[in-house]
Amino acid sequence: MSYIMEFLLARQGRKLPTVGDLLTYLYLLVGTVLMFGPVVWLVLSSFKTQAALVEFPPQLLPYNQISVAVEGYKDPLPLFEVTLEDGSVKRMAQVRRVGIEAQMVDPDAPEDIVKVRTTDRQPVREIAFAWENYTDPLERFNFWTYFRNSVVVTVAATVVTLIINSMAAFALSKYVFAGRDVIFVVIISTLMIPISVILVPVFLVITQVGWNNNLLGVIIPGAATPTGVFLLRQYMLTIPDELLDSARIDGASEWRIYWQIILPLARPALAVLAIFSVMWRWNDFLWPLIVLSRSELFTLQVGLNSFQGELNVQWHYVLAMTVLTLLPVSLVFAMLQQFITSGIATTGMK
Amino acid sequence: MPKNMFNTLFSTVYSAIMETVGLLAEPIQRWLGTQRMGYFFVLPNMLIFGVFILFPMLLNFYYAMTGGTQLFPQDRPFVGLSNFERLFTCGDFLNPNTCVEDRFWRAVFNTIVFVVFQVGGMVLLALITALILNRKIVGRGFFRSVFFYPVLLSPVVVALIWKWILQRDGLLNALIVSLGGERTLFLLNSNWATFWAIVVSIWAQMGFYMLILLAGLQAIPKELYEAADIDGANSWQSFQYVTMPLLMPTMLVVLVLSLIRAVQVFDQIFVLTGGGPGTSTFYMVQYIYVTGFSNQIQQFGLASAASVVLGLTLLVFTLIQLRLGRTNAY
Amino acid sequence: MKRLNLLLVFVLLLSLASVSVQAQNVIELRMTWYTDGNEDQVMRDLLDRFEAANPDIKVVMDVVPYSAILETLPVQLAAGEGPDMARVTDLGGLAKYYLDMSPYLSDTAYWEENMGPFLKWMRTPDNDTAISGFMTQLTVTGPYINRTLFEQAGIEVPSDTRADVTWEEWAEVTRAVAEATGTQFAMAMDRTGHRFAGPAISMGAKYFNDEGKPMVVGDEGFRAMAQMLLDWHADGTMPLEVWAGSSGSYVAANEEFINVKTVLYMSGSWQIGQFAKNIGDAFDWEAVPNPCGPAACTGMPGGAALVAIGTTKHPEAVARVMEFLASEEILGEFYARTLFIPGHLGLAEKGVDFVTDVEQAKQALSVFASQVGKLDPIAYALQAYPFNRVIFNATRDRLTQAIVGELTLDEAITRIQEDIDAALAEAGR
Repeated sequence: MSYIMEFLLARQGRKLPTVGDLLTYLYLLVGTVLMFGPVVWLVLSSFKTQAALVEFPPQLLPYNQISVAVEGYKDPLPLFEVTLEDGSVKRMAQVRRVGIEAQMVDPDAPEDIVKVRTTDRQPVREIAFAWENYTDPLERFNFWTYFRNSVVVTVAATVVTLIINSMAAFALSKYVFAGRDVIFVVIISTLMIPISVILVPVFLVITQVGWNNNLLGVIIPGAATPTGVFLLRQYMLTIPDELLDSARIDGASEWRIYWQIILPLARPALAVLAIFSVMWRWNDFLWPLIVLSRSELFTLQVGLNSFQGELNVQWHYVLAMTVLTLLPVSLVFAMLQQFITSGIATTGMK
Repeated sequence: MPKNMFNTLFSTVYSAIMETVGLLAEPIQRWLGTQRMGYFFVLPNMLIFGVFILFPMLLNFYYAMTGGTQLFPQDRPFVGLSNFERLFTCGDFLNPNTCVEDRFWRAVFNTIVFVVFQVGGMVLLALITALILNRKIVGRGFFRSVFFYPVLLSPVVVALIWKWILQRDGLLNALIVSLGGERTLFLLNSNWATFWAIVVSIWAQMGFYMLILLAGLQAIPKELYEAADIDGANSWQSFQYVTMPLLMPTMLVVLVLSLIRAVQVFDQIFVLTGGGPGTSTFYMVQYIYVTGFSNQIQQFGLASAASVVLGLTLLVFTLIQLRLGRTNAY
Repeated sequence: MKRLNLLLVFVLLLSLASVSVQAQNVIELRMTWYTDGNEDQVMRDLLDRFEAANPDIKVVMDVVPYSAILETLPVQLAAGEGPDMARVTDLGGLAKYYLDMSPYLSDTAYWEENMGPFLKWMRTPDNDTAISGFMTQLTVTGPYINRTLFEQAGIEVPSDTRADVTWEEWAEVTRAVAEATGTQFAMAMDRTGHRFAGPAISMGAKYFNDEGKPMVVGDEGFRAMAQMLLDWHADGTMPLEVWAGSSGSYVAANEEFINVKTVLYMSGSWQIGQFAKNIGDAFDWEAVPNPCGPAACTGMPGGAALVAIGTTKHPEAVARVMEFLASEEILGEFYARTLFIPGHLGLAEKGVDFVTDVEQAKQALSVFASQVGKLDPIAYALQAYPFNRVIFNATRDRLTQAIVGELTLDEAITRIQEDIDAALAEAGR
């Protein structure tokens, strides 16, 4: 019991590794495998052919059957490991298959055709990455257009979200004015409603405003997120009022207090909201799908999902495209990792 | 050094923009007075919020009291409360099969179970992880990133990843079989499917809350622990009397945010299980979406009524939670 | 953080500048399209040819996920924000939004003659001469079998010798094959009420009462097929993950068939193209005629159509594009390259020379094409019924609940009826 206590509650500054430390690292190691493993699996799977995707037991790495050029045959022939009647195993190429009988040749002696039962041969395979899962779809549509649209939407929406929500949170946490509490309660009361639930009315508003098939229709409606106001307000409440008062005595205007004192102090909370907003906008699918119906305005999520057909889902493409959408956020994360994880954590946030 | 250049450039641009807005804001301040500048700050948000959230929501109320399949509210016949009546007609409220809208009630019960276990499990795990990563350990930054990484993935990606692991011929079954076990249909057994729906969404979101909690832990002054040590408190006592009380405001944020997202669960689980087997993982938002959108005859009225019920219930819970939080923490 | 913000500002300004619209002299038409295979590429190719001959018209294809066609396109159409042309499957349900092109077409007789029966599917009751579009494909449901497995098991394929093989017989013989060859499942069926309907009609399901209203309660044939479906899932003849593994969406079992996990696969003609690509010659797959029940031996017809949308600002240009695409030569090429069954009587009669060198694909195409004329009248009536998807979805979702034991079969059938009635009542308001 005391080990567990120590594992959870010990703070810092030990000289020797203890059982608690070991437990700690064990937890972290298992955690790492659980958190990263599935993603690695997805990436590996995205390089498999459509058939290999549903194989059991699944292979860790993508494999493909080897084909060899055989003299006298125009196209390369698939290579098999054949168990012959005398029990010996030999590598042979298949000429054709008729029912459950295969006609095979020895690549070194292409004249003699041997008939083999299909159950007596195993395909010879090698590791092969199915790059066509990536290249085929990329040839079909304009990846860079979708990418640009996604970036524009994500960046613009995040900037707008940060500015207007921090302004509102500032007002709601630091000013006393008639109607303030009403506004706060109304915002809180909408906190819980997902936009997918009020899609139809919002779509009607968008249509009336004329933002159908306009990136603004994707960027603006979600910008005044109640979550953002709530998050920032809770944080700003912890900024002492004395700071504001002394700035006022120095003659600073309210606007200056906002951008020179409050915003820099609220950086950790802003960072949390920024992450929230970026993730949400980059990954949003339903809303862009309904506002944007022109392909030059599609975001990545909408564009890449066009491989979901009526009767077929082309999973090999879907997985590959999924990895592609994941790539940019992962790169940005890797670059800003230091800032995101320690920046927020060490500045402190209540 | 380019980094310095960027910083200088950024602050120049930032100040320039903000000073320009100031030219507008300062006369307004002279006109409004200091305290009423609140109106100025809240205005842009209220405009967007009013037009794109509040107004549609009121419109949603109206939709809930109309029927038919017309899109424009003015074309829709008014039906009063009959949509609500439909939702609440039940022989026995504990047995969905006796309800007119049986799937609504199945969704309600499924959502309650999901929210309780998902939020409970996730906050606990996030707290444990945050406590561990708050210590001085080797590779702390790396581990923080690792636990945070799944937060970056879209719900659909998360679902796809886990589908490939959990399906009949998936990775997990391959592991089980190679260890000599029996193949299990994880997504086709009601209890397993519910379990995995919860696990997968904890996996996907935990990092975010861990980070917020970590921030809260870092903000606790070290002196308090030193004082506790001097008073002879053991580690459990200092956790109980120093960490927990000071972490409460952060906990409140975490609880409210995670509860919101848990109740809104939809796309992730929809891709993973399709709501199945049967209706085992069929949740509220999916009910609303299916009723209002994905059926050939789109029943906007009934869907809106369900969303109004959902919204009102949640509002009550949020207000209770905030009130509790206030009495405890402030 | 600061560096990031700066970048953001720049990107924002740049992008705002580039979003501005460019003026154009040519008429730009929008075509909303979804794709199951290569048909988007074939269509683009044909449109390029049209544009080369008609420099005053440009057609932009917007390829969207199929869910957008089902869910968001109807909302966009209702709001008057639709495209100029769209490929849709809910032919009757959306008919009120279509453009009647007949005033703009040079030869309406050609359309009537070659597409008459299908034009009916796209009409509203108050305009029975409208010409709104053409079928990009006609589909027929029916089973595929893996003949190689039969040969390995040494069991004869029953349809080789008799035309009237029943569903019960197929179930029995495929179970024997599966057992002999160690195949996981005997049969699989796509999770949709549409696939279920063909067998059900064969078993005697009527789907409509005497007044023409959808009615499944008391429909003995419907119940008999549903009972069989339940039994097949209970005894492991069919894989649970297809029907039970979901509560609200279409699930295809094509991967089970491709990967030799099932002996028989009840699906339809649209699978041919991807089977040719993904199975090729790996085993002998073939289409067999629809199995029989006491009432019929039928599958379901179906299909997708490219339709002109009424809100277009350029009806004449749209008609020109449609006329080009629907011409016998161009449409024939489209069907040939996509391996779709022609929804054009003239082409159906002449036969389309499909572009594939996979023998199995040619066999399957000819089997399905021969089925078109043999489908039961109820099947055609059900396909022509504008709200058929309400019936199909209710069937699918409620039978799933019965399969996993949430409802008894009788409860499920009552619920199907209630779901249909509720939706129709709403639509009638």
